[in-house]
Amino acid sequence: MLDITWFVLVAVIFVAYFFLEGFDYGVGMLLPFMGRTDHERRVVLTTIGPFWDGNEVWLIAAGGAIFAAFPDWYASMLSGFYLAIFLLLGGLILRGVSIEFRSRMEGLRWRRWWDMLFFIGSILPPLIWGVALANLVKGMPINAQGNYVGTLLQLLNPFALVGGLTVVAVFILHGATFLMLRATGELYERAKHVAFKAGPVVIGVFFIFILMMYYQTDVVRRLGLDPGPVPVLAWLSILGAGIFARRGHDKWAFVSSGLAIVLGTVSMFLAMFPDVMISSLNPRWSLTIYNASSNPYSLKVMTIMAVVMLPIIVAYQAWSYWIFRRRLTDNMKLEY
Amino acid sequence: MTSVGLARLQFGGTLLFHFLFVPLTIGLGILIAVLETFYVRTKSPAYKTAVKFWMKIYLVNFAVGVVTGIIQEFQFGTNWSEFSRYVGDIFGAPLAIEVLMAFFLESTFLGIWIFGWDYLSPRVHLLSIWLTSLASLVSAFWILTANSFMQEPVGYLVRNGRAEMVNFFALLGNPQLWLEFPHTVFGAMALSSFFMAAISAYHLLRHTQDDVFEPSYRLAVGSAMIFSVLVFILGHEQAQHLIVAQPMKMAASEALWHTSALHAPWTLIGWIDVARHSTPFVLQIPDMLSILAYNRLSGRVTGIMELNHLYQQKFGMGSYVPPVNPTFWSFRVMIFVGTSMMLIALYGGYLMWRRKRPRWFLVMMEWTLILPYAATTSGWLMTEVGRQPWIVFGLMLTAKANSPLVSIAELWTTVIAFGIVYLSVGAAAVYLFVHIIHGGPQSEQGQDVGDEPPAQLFVPTQERHAEGTGGPVTPDLS
Repeated sequence: MLDITWFVLVAVIFVAYFFLEGFDYGVGMLLPFMGRTDHERRVVLTTIGPFWDGNEVWLIAAGGAIFAAFPDWYASMLSGFYLAIFLLLGGLILRGVSIEFRSRMEGLRWRRWWDMLFFIGSILPPLIWGVALANLVKGMPINAQGNYVGTLLQLLNPFALVGGLTVVAVFILHGATFLMLRATGELYERAKHVAFKAGPVVIGVFFIFILMMYYQTDVVRRLGLDPGPVPVLAWLSILGAGIFARRGHDKWAFVSSGLAIVLGTVSMFLAMFPDVMISSLNPRWSLTIYNASSNPYSLKVMTIMAVVMLPIIVAYQAWSYWIFRRRLTDNMKLEY
Repeated sequence: MTSVGLARLQFGGTLLFHFLFVPLTIGLGILIAVLETFYVRTKSPAYKTAVKFWMKIYLVNFAVGVVTGIIQEFQFGTNWSEFSRYVGDIFGAPLAIEVLMAFFLESTFLGIWIFGWDYLSPRVHLLSIWLTSLASLVSAFWILTANSFMQEPVGYLVRNGRAEMVNFFALLGNPQLWLEFPHTVFGAMALSSFFMAAISAYHLLRHTQDDVFEPSYRLAVGSAMIFSVLVFILGHEQAQHLIVAQPMKMAASEALWHTSALHAPWTLIGWIDVARHSTPFVLQIPDMLSILAYNRLSGRVTGIMELNHLYQQKFGMGSYVPPVNPTFWSFRVMIFVGTSMMLIALYGGYLMWRRKRPRWFLVMMEWTLILPYAATTSGWLMTEVGRQPWIVFGLMLTAKANSPLVSIAELWTTVIAFGIVYLSVGAAAVYLFVHIIHGGPQSEQGQDVGDEPPAQLFVPTQERHAEGTGGPVTPDLS
C-alpha cells in the first residue's frame, strides 16, 4: 500500500517539477531569441528570477524521494543512465551559475558567453528527461542484479529521441505562455508569436511520440488499445494553448500548456505502473514498486514527513508567486 | 586507476569543491541576517548598503554551492549504486527530508529576499533572510545525519540482504551527529566571520566607506572570537568520541602504529614510514595525547596494528588501515590552523575592546582569509579519508560500494569533465568575488550594457569589439 503511495508521490513531484521548471527551461531556451538587447534579456531572466531556484528543488525532491522510497530504482536508473545523468548535471551547473553570474559584470562578451551557457543548460535537461522517460516506458536491458548492461547509444533510440524532442517542444511552448503572463510590450508580443507558432509543431511531435509508443513499446499489451482519456486530453491541451495564445487569453494559454505537461507526465507514469525499470531482457528482472521499495517502517517515516511538509511547501511557494504576480515593466529595477 | 579509485576521486573532488562554498552560505547568511536586523531596527542606510554589498558575494557563492550539492546527491546513484542499494533504505531518508525541510525553504525564500526589496515590508523582508539562513542550518543537520550514519551506523538492521531502517530516532540521536553538526556549523560561522572581517579590513584600510564596513568588521571579529573558540572545543569533544567510536581513525590521525604507553605523548609533527609501520622522526609533547583523549595525564591509546588485528578477527582477513599520511597531516593542518584562527580572533577582540585598530592587524586580517578554508578542507579530508577502507564504518567496504557496470572510460570522461567544469566555475567565481569586493558597495550591480546586441546566439567574431572586455566598473553614485 505504502509503495503505491510513494509511486504516486514520486509522480506528483515529477509533475510539479515539469510544470514549474518546464517554463524556466522554456524561458531559458527562448532567451537568445526573445531578448534582442541586453536590457530585454535581463527582463526575460527576471521573469523567472524569483522562482527558478525554488522550482529546481522539485527535481532534487524527486531524486530524494526515489532514493528514500525506492533505493533499487535510484541505483539502477542513475548508474544505468550514467552519461545522460552527467549531461543533465552539467546542464544544471551551467544554468545555475550563468543566471547568477551574467549580470554581475558589465562586459558584453562576458554576458553573451553566460547567455549561451544558460541556453545550453536549459535545453539539456528537458532533452535528457524526454529520452529517459521514453526509455523507462520502453524498457531497457537490465540484468538480474538490476544493473543496466546496454550502451549509451542504445538509450538514444529513435523513440527516445522523439521523446526528448517532445519534451523540449512542450517546454518551449510552456515558456512562451509563461512569458505572456509576465511580460509587457514588445516582449509580450514576441512571446505570443512564439506560442502561436510553436503550437502546431508541438502537436505534431507529440502525436508522433504517441504513435511510436504504440509500435515501439508494449503499452498496448499492458494497457490495451484504448489510451484512455489522459493522453488525449494532454494532446487537446496543447491545441488549446496555441488557440488561447492567438486570441490573447494569456492565463488560459498558460493553464493549457501546463495542463498538457501535467497530463503528459501522468500518462507516462500510468504507462509504467507498477514497474519502475522495465527489463527488456527478462520481465522477471524488471524493478517494480514492490521489489524496489524500502521497508514498510522506512516508508512510514517518509510518508509522515511528506504529508506534513508538502502542503507547507506548496503554500509558501504559492505565496512567492503571489508576491511577484505583477507583470514586469520597463522602468523596473532588475536584479539579474 | 581502478573504478573505485576513480569514483572516489570524483566524489572526493566534488565534496571538497562543494565545501569551499557551503560554509560561507551558512555563516554569511546568518551574519547578513544580523546586519539586516540592525537595519530594520535603526533604519540607518549604512546597514542597508552593507547588506546589499554582502548579498552580492553571498549570491555568487550560493549559486556554486547549490549546483555542486545537486551533483553530490546524484553521485550516490551514478557512481555508488551498490552503496545506494545496500543502505538506501536508511540513508536515503535524511537526504529526502533535507529536501523537504530545508532546500525548498532556502531556495524559495532566497528568491523572495533577492527580489522582494520593493515588494515587502522591511519586517517580512527580514524574515525571508532569516528563514533562508535557518534553512541552511536545517540542511546541514540532515546531510550530517546522513554522514554520521556513514561514520557511526545506528538505527538499522541487516535484513533482506541490505541495511534497513528500524529506528528513525536512533538516526537522530546518533552521538556522532551531535558532535559533527555543531562542529561543522561553528566552523562555518568561524569561516564566514573571518571572510567578512578580511574583506571589511580591506575596505577599512582603503577608507572606502567606513560607516558601512565598521559595523561589519565589529560584527565579524566578535563572531570570529566566539565561534573559533566553540569550534575548537567541539573539535576536542569529537576527538574524544573518536577514541570510542572509530579508534582506527584516531590512531591513524596520530600515526600511532602501536598502542601507546600509559602516558601517551602527542606528536607535533613526524616523518611517517608507512612501509615499516613506524614513525621514526617525531617531535612530541609528553602526556599530551592522554590529555587530548581522556582529559587526564595518563591513559593508553590503542595503536593501528593492534586495531587492525582486532578488526581482522571481527571482519575477516584484509587491511583495515586508512591512508596514514593524509589522515595524519590533514589533522595537523586543521589543528594548527584552527589554533591560530582562535588566537588571532581573540587578539582582534582584545584590540576592539581597547578601541584600537592598528594598521598591521588589518593587513594581517586580509591575509587570514585563507586559513579557515584550509581548516575546513583538511577537516573533511581527515574525516573521510580516516574512515577508509569503509564507506559505512564496520558495515560496508568502499571497494564493494561502487557501480559495478560503469566502465573505466565513462568514469574517466566524467572525472575529467567535472574537473574542467569545477576549475572554470571556480575561477569565474573567484574572478567575480575579486570584482565585487574591489568594486565595493558603490558599484551597483547589473547595469545594462551595449545598445543593440544582435539577436543571434552565436555572435560573428568581427562584432566582438572592445566594449566587452569586462573592464573596471563605472561607479554609479546615484
